[in-house]
Amino acid sequence: MEGDIVQMGAYVGAGLACTGMGGAAVGVGHVVGNFLSGALRNPSAAAGQTATMFIGIAFAEALGIFSFLVALLLMFAV
Amino acid sequence: MSAEAEAETGGLVFHPMDQFVVQPLFGDGPVMWYTPTNVTLWMALTVLSIVLLLVVGTRRRAIVPTRTQSVGEMAYGFVYKMVEDVAGKDGLRYFPYIMTLFMFIVFANFLGLLPMSFTTTSHIAVTAVLAIAVFLTVTILGFVKHGFGFLNIFWISQAPLVLRPILALIEIISYFVRPVSHSIRLAGNMMAGHAVIKVFAGFAAILAISPFSILAITAIYALETLVSFIQAYVFAILTCVYLKDALHPHH
Amino acid sequence: MATEVEETAGHAAESAGHAAEAVGMPQLDFSTFSNQIFWLVLTLLAIYFILSRIALPRIASVLAERQGTITNDIAAAEELKLKAVEAEDAYNKALAEARAEANRIIAETKAEIQVDLDKAIAKADAEIGVKTAEAEKAISAIRESAADNVKEVAKEAAKEIVAVLGGSADARSITSAVTARLKGASR
Repeated sequence: MEGDIVQMGAYVGAGLACTGMGGAAVGVGHVVGNFLSGALRNPSAAAGQTATMFIGIAFAEALGIFSFLVALLLMFAV
Repeated sequence: MSAEAEAETGGLVFHPMDQFVVQPLFGDGPVMWYTPTNVTLWMALTVLSIVLLLVVGTRRRAIVPTRTQSVGEMAYGFVYKMVEDVAGKDGLRYFPYIMTLFMFIVFANFLGLLPMSFTTTSHIAVTAVLAIAVFLTVTILGFVKHGFGFLNIFWISQAPLVLRPILALIEIISYFVRPVSHSIRLAGNMMAGHAVIKVFAGFAAILAISPFSILAITAIYALETLVSFIQAYVFAILTCVYLKDALHPHH
Repeated sequence: MATEVEETAGHAAESAGHAAEAVGMPQLDFSTFSNQIFWLVLTLLAIYFILSRIALPRIASVLAERQGTITNDIAAAEELKLKAVEAEDAYNKALAEARAEANRIIAETKAEIQVDLDKAIAKADAEIGVKTAEAEKAISAIRESAADNVKEVAKEAAKEIVAVLGGSADARSITSAVTARLKGASR
């Protein structure tokens, strides 16, 4: 019974950790959206900044991946 | 075993992590450091694919390229331009190194998308070695090129003097977090995508929702194809950015 | 029956739990790390040597060669274009020359024809003048002779008439009278 409660806590924690991925989604959307609005204002400068956009996406996404990793750890490792 | 369990309990049993198990190719013994495992197999296939694309594909050195040669040249041009744009002209000395990383990751990712395959880049051990190699290369390179001047990247001279120690602390922390995020980003993306596909595949056992499940797998698969490439690109471009920091610490 | 199902379910759950425990997260199974790292380092070294020794120099040379070929082709095309322009110029020049030559020939021919024509006209005029003079001479001769004839006939006629009238006239007086009469008639 005790083990069950621990497992329940782990699963609830995993679910809560997954909400962090939503934040990453918002962040990535923000990055791409702002890039796009900037690119539409000045299309000639857009091509040179695509790499920067991807770097920004990568940083924003990494944090979402961290929360996913925490969820996985709670599900399978703890 | 999972089929048996489903048949007997009538419930769903997911094993999303089974696909990441490292096991010996021959026999069932313990995994020693030299044991040929599925890691070996899929890394060998990665090397084989790269050789097929970049060596066998270009063997005729045609002025008017064949399709394979054209793809190989495209990959070369893509990475070359990336290194040149991000790391600068003097970064081109390290172009083979970045090309190696990029080609390995992109092919490991794409081979991992084959059904029943093993994704070597989904393992933190693999990506951590890649990221630590990049981290050590960049750090050593920075100190060799600029001596202690390399530490300037932590001391932001544009900021007000009061803020500089705080910023330096933040910069140092972010510098040491680099290999962690660098490796976990790649492994996490690969692991997440494959686990999600596996979970949807588990739902396919229920007849009523299996069409939706198959549709979802197709959609996620398409997304994963994109992610496979983008993660390789991001890994390579971040390597270029770190390299630029090492080569020009004053900017 | 029920107990049996329960038992198998329990067994299944236990085995599933066992499997999950055995699998866990394979990424955190440290016993496989050395294996993976060993093979990874081997793979990376293999790729690095293949790329830096064979593939990249080859692709670079192919790309450079292509760039060179393209540059050469563009230069050759530029040259050909210049040649074409030159050829067009030459053609236009030749055309203009030919046109000028043709005009010259036309003018010359025209002049020659004019000269011939003038000559022919002059000749014809001269001939016509000669013929006219001859004709005039003939006409005047004819007129002369006609006047003489008339005089003769008048003389004869006058002598005859005089004779018929019963007079006799000498030839000289008749002639002078006729001549005077003719002069008066002609006047």
